[in-house]
Amino acid sequence: MAVIAYREALNQALREEMRRDPDIFLMGEEIAEYDGAYKVTKGLLEEFGEMRVRDAPIAEMGFAGLGVGAAMAGLRPVIEFMTWNFALLAIDEIVNTAAKLRYMSGGQLKLPITFRGPNAGAIQLAASHSQSFESWYAYVPGLKVVAPSTPRDAKGLLKSAIRDDNPVVFLENEVIYGLKGEVPDDEDFTIPLGQSEVKRSGDDVTVVAHARSVHWAMEAAEILAEKHDISVEVVDPRTIRPLDIDTILDSVRKTNRCVIVEEGHPFCGIGAQVVDDIQREAFDYLDAPVIRVTGPDAPTPYARNLEQLSLPQAEFIVQAVQHVSYLE
Amino acid sequence: MASRILMSKLSPTMEEGRVLQWLKQEGDAVEMGDAVVEIETDKANMEVEAMGSGVLRVILVPEGDTVPTGTMLGVVGEADEDIAAVLAEAETEATASDNGSSASAEAAAPAAPAAESPPAPPTATVADAASGSPAPLSSAPPTGDGDGDGDRVKASPLARRMASEEGIELARVSGSGPGGRIVKRDIEAALRGGGAAAATVLEVGPEVPYERVELSQVRKAIARNLVKSLGPIPHFFLTSEIDMARVLELRKELNESLKGSGIKIGVNDILIKVAAQALLAHPHVNVSFAGDHIRMYKRVDVGIAVAIPDGLITPVLRAADSKGLQRIAEDTRDLIARAREKKLLPDEYYGATFTITNLGPYGIDEFTAVINPPAATILAVGATREKPVALGGSVEIRPRMRVTLGCDHRAVDGATGAEFVATFKDMLENPLRLVL
Repeated sequence: MAVIAYREALNQALREEMRRDPDIFLMGEEIAEYDGAYKVTKGLLEEFGEMRVRDAPIAEMGFAGLGVGAAMAGLRPVIEFMTWNFALLAIDEIVNTAAKLRYMSGGQLKLPITFRGPNAGAIQLAASHSQSFESWYAYVPGLKVVAPSTPRDAKGLLKSAIRDDNPVVFLENEVIYGLKGEVPDDEDFTIPLGQSEVKRSGDDVTVVAHARSVHWAMEAAEILAEKHDISVEVVDPRTIRPLDIDTILDSVRKTNRCVIVEEGHPFCGIGAQVVDDIQREAFDYLDAPVIRVTGPDAPTPYARNLEQLSLPQAEFIVQAVQHVSYLE
Repeated sequence: MASRILMSKLSPTMEEGRVLQWLKQEGDAVEMGDAVVEIETDKANMEVEAMGSGVLRVILVPEGDTVPTGTMLGVVGEADEDIAAVLAEAETEATASDNGSSASAEAAAPAAPAAESPPAPPTATVADAASGSPAPLSSAPPTGDGDGDGDRVKASPLARRMASEEGIELARVSGSGPGGRIVKRDIEAALRGGGAAAATVLEVGPEVPYERVELSQVRKAIARNLVKSLGPIPHFFLTSEIDMARVLELRKELNESLKGSGIKIGVNDILIKVAAQALLAHPHVNVSFAGDHIRMYKRVDVGIAVAIPDGLITPVLRAADSKGLQRIAEDTRDLIARAREKKLLPDEYYGATFTITNLGPYGIDEFTAVINPPAATILAVGATREKPVALGGSVEIRPRMRVTLGCDHRAVDGATGAEFVATFKDMLENPLRLVL
């Protein structure tokens, strides 16, 4: 198994799928000649040519809509947004068209389209370029929402997203594009959408985290094991919608305590939905209220120190875990 | 990180405690493990140690006040640490418990303004995240309707389910969570403390070995039905009159032989020794009823009821069955003396397998005593008096003592108890059996 970066894993997934299926094409800003703003599409223009790897003008609604039309017509587009902040301009195509057409056509239309790009904050991109959108899209019936945390998950899930006949919102993360990890070389390697993974097993507290937050959760779990003798189980949903709540519930039933971590804002965040499921399905197993560690209920600050404080980092997760354990 | 000083539950029966004396004052430096405050429990005076280092930031409960277990008494933290969130918790506790001391509510009150959510300038939102979880915590209201919530037992859903499955009465479990919430560990502690049912089943002395005897159907039915008739422990009583002449002679001789040693053997010491020996012969009386089983103890720990000015305490003479009379006499003197000074440690007055209570010195001829859980039996001893007794066709004046064995009918039946009493009587009337 090769050790490669998250961005290379995505690149492998695109390349392997494009080789497998000639109906797949890529479109987005600067993805072809420039290899993509974050080099995820590096070398693909060279291999597949400009008919299948197309630079788009700075007009998100236009190329997103073009992708939706192409999907309706039988192609399998992968649309890159330079960041999901810019996809706000295309949200009508994603929510009102892509997510609705299978339903409104009585199932006559398929929408095998993947929208992908970096989500959440990076470093000092300021309020309008540092947003987490998973709860926006996960709210919409008809969309699938994926948020991989590791190179392995990124590759396996992107391949499944591309092969899926429903519109998939694929949320990457700029800060972990360079993160390296073991990734299977096997071209048939995929990870089904809708499967949580236990990233670390433990007995005392369940920490649910997705995307970049998984890494803070793992760091916190290490600290808690070493310094506080608390055994944390980290569950990564990987796919936000459809959400594999069963794995989370199994874990909570075992540990009786849960902390949910996400970079996004607290109000109507993904964690709010997970809490809802837990309190209903595992009420009699809870020994403490479920606690959420989230980004602030405010626009992301630009100042480096404040931005840093706004992240749901390991230190805050450690505190939350101690709190639900009634140990502080 | 700030650490709380709590009114800890220092004995299984403790539900509240009184702050006797603060050994540190606000602002004093405190090391983890330092004694910070002295409290009075239902049985003894104890010191509470700091769980963290720093300075004693605030005293929430003044000397002399009585508060429920679990109440925050004070906070230890770094000198410049923000303890508003911790204080908010104390505030929540105070308002959530109607029966809590008003003084603790007052003491916590000054913390309230600091604990309120600050307005939201840009940095406040960051502070929100910076405190991570605490943001939702500090605003978490006590469950229920607020007012009139005082009597409600607060327990986590898991604790409720466990209690229901194990037949534990939540009201009798003390909660160690925020605001006295009963959580998993409290139920586990209650379970360790003697298992189910009864919540009346408490732990005997540390690590007394016992054999687990499963309940027969008949025994289950007896246990179920009898509780309905007479409180949680269905008592019955067996009285017998014992001729004490030979025991009194024996005691006299023993004390003569001990002359000059400073040790004096009392009738009580002999009663303890004889009871322990008799219990060894009747292990089905040296038991606890533990809900779904009976614990048949392999050691005899005898509780000795001692009157103290404001009540009663039962120091426990451990392993009485393996101690000689002299040792019993010495240990008992020490226990009783310290009981009267309230200097006993919790494990010295808790968890007998059998109890003896003697009101003879008060001139009582005969009485019934209430069982002292977890033991299933208690022996009530009356005064020894000279009485005319018909013996072999003639009337003699003999010293006679009446004893009444109180039994927990869930665990001990009439015949079982009677056999024990018969042996006890026989040994006292033929004290040479003690040397066998």
